[in-house]
Amino acid sequence: MKKILIDLKNISKSFDGQMVLDDLNLYIRENEFLTLLGPSGCGKTTTLRILGGFEKPDTGSVIFDGNDITKLPPNKRQLNTVFQKYALFTHMTIAENIAFGLKIKNKSKSYINDKIKYALKLVNLEGFENRMPDSLSGGQQQRIAIARAIVNEPKVLLLDEPLGALDLKLRQDMQYELIRLKNELGITFIYVTHDQEEALTMSDTIVVMNQGYIQQIGTPEKIYNEPENAFVADFIGDSNIISSTMIEDKLVDILGTRFPCVDTGFGCNKPVDVVIRPEDVILSSPANGKMTGTVTHLIFKGVHYEMEVTAAGYEWLVHSTGMFPVGTEVGIDVDPFNIQIMNKPASLDEEAVGINE
Amino acid sequence: MNKKKLLGTPYFVWSVLFIIIPLCMVFYYGFTDKSGAFTLENIIAISKPEHAKALYLALGLSLISTLICLILAYPLAMILSNMNVNQHSFIVLIFILPMWMNFLLRTLAWQTLLEKTGVINSILSFLHLPALNVINTPYAIVLGMVYNFLPFMVLPIYNSLVKIDRNVIHAARDLGANGLQVFAKITLPLTLPGIISGITMVFIPALTTFVISKLLGGSKILLIGNVVEEEFTQAGNWNLGSGLSIVLMLFIIVNMIISSIFDKDGEGSVL
Repeated sequence: MKKILIDLKNISKSFDGQMVLDDLNLYIRENEFLTLLGPSGCGKTTTLRILGGFEKPDTGSVIFDGNDITKLPPNKRQLNTVFQKYALFTHMTIAENIAFGLKIKNKSKSYINDKIKYALKLVNLEGFENRMPDSLSGGQQQRIAIARAIVNEPKVLLLDEPLGALDLKLRQDMQYELIRLKNELGITFIYVTHDQEEALTMSDTIVVMNQGYIQQIGTPEKIYNEPENAFVADFIGDSNIISSTMIEDKLVDILGTRFPCVDTGFGCNKPVDVVIRPEDVILSSPANGKMTGTVTHLIFKGVHYEMEVTAAGYEWLVHSTGMFPVGTEVGIDVDPFNIQIMNKPASLDEEAVGINE
Repeated sequence: MNKKKLLGTPYFVWSVLFIIIPLCMVFYYGFTDKSGAFTLENIIAISKPEHAKALYLALGLSLISTLICLILAYPLAMILSNMNVNQHSFIVLIFILPMWMNFLLRTLAWQTLLEKTGVINSILSFLHLPALNVINTPYAIVLGMVYNFLPFMVLPIYNSLVKIDRNVIHAARDLGANGLQVFAKITLPLTLPGIISGITMVFIPALTTFVISKLLGGSKILLIGNVVEEEFTQAGNWNLGSGLSIVLMLFIIVNMIISSIFDKDGEGSVL
């Protein structure tokens, strides 16, 4: 494992009496692509701003490479930020924008010129030195904002929803570009987004946040396949979240039908939440399924069909390459390892309680 | 004529009657003598010692006033722009409230305050402090100019300050700039249109004023505005008055050209 570069300890922050972050603990390793993912108002941007030095936490400390930098102003920190709306200096040329940080550090002219060339090449915008920011498209401005940050050779690059304003195609291109940059530069990326697909595509580690609490930390696969609670399951991709009862180890009662599963340790006859991804629901003829249901909706999505199947009073969301017309009686089955069991939250408070790894 | 053009008619009539015709008359009188023959004498008259002196004094005092306004206005505009919305609209209101009062009234009020036996001197003598002899000096004129024109400096600067995205400031901090560097490299250049606009809006009315100099400078200190006014109202020499006005107009045009170069988008203007 690589060494820990940033350690956020017991960070709390409130604005006007409204708690935004509550006792947040998080560490970030060197050369990690870590994504803070959550709906708006979950505290992800505040976390980033605390890292950048634009907000001071009410309590807690920020440890960077072994030093406490909680009270350090932004200009004294070894990290650079790419802002949501790029925040380029509109009164300067592209070259001047990129050179800004280096000039402040009194680097030599030849060093700065080399760096500008290198950075523009890195973001595929060679020859843009003398253009003004306003004459560039959104995607180009975004890449300049990244170039402006990375020429300073920060140890950490903070990115605040940098692709939010771009169209889908451009966003996908930029996602690959960011992964490439991270691998080429060997620096740590801390990325804030509300787009779960973006998070799954790029991250080494995803931190799912809600209402100021960390809900789950894990690799994209783990977050997607083994969500720890209903919020994570619901936020990451489509899912069927069904209130069920754990009969015993490896056996769960879903809507009156017993399904074998692989989870243990939940106790006997305990109420639980079950997550089943729509692509994991197997449709077949009624005789072959554990339950039977009726197809009520059918939409062609390109890669697959999206169907809604009513069975035992629950609307199952199903993704399948096989097509079952509306009104068809179908059998429903799920492989045991595709049934994800989660503890039910005892109260609303607990639903938001952070899970500390 | 289509409907849109029809709507413009009142303004068109207005501008012909009150802008174009008077301007033509100024040029006609400025370039002719009493008998109506063409002459440049009225223009050249600016080089006469008494006229040149009045012009230099007007230029000097209005430049000083503009500078003082700028020095006072910039920090004030920064403070205003850093306040949150509810607060700042109230404070902006307080600030521009004097602007709604009549210009003459405000200047007369200063006259009353500064007079030898005025309010300020009464208080000073009550406190056994030496009397202030400011009235009828250039200082009083500068004071009057600054007091009257300060809002015209604050508002355009304030306007250009609030337009700066907070994240641009943050980005500069993030890239290593300290507070002073952010101001010099980001804030100041981005507010330059506002500054230029403010300078224009203070400098031109200050340069051409005759009311402030008359009320606060007594009749001893003559600015070019007073000279022009006297030619029209007392000497009855419309030709000379127009000629001097044309010279004054040149300064205004130069100032406007400079300000339009810096303020291409008109973002600094408040009018």
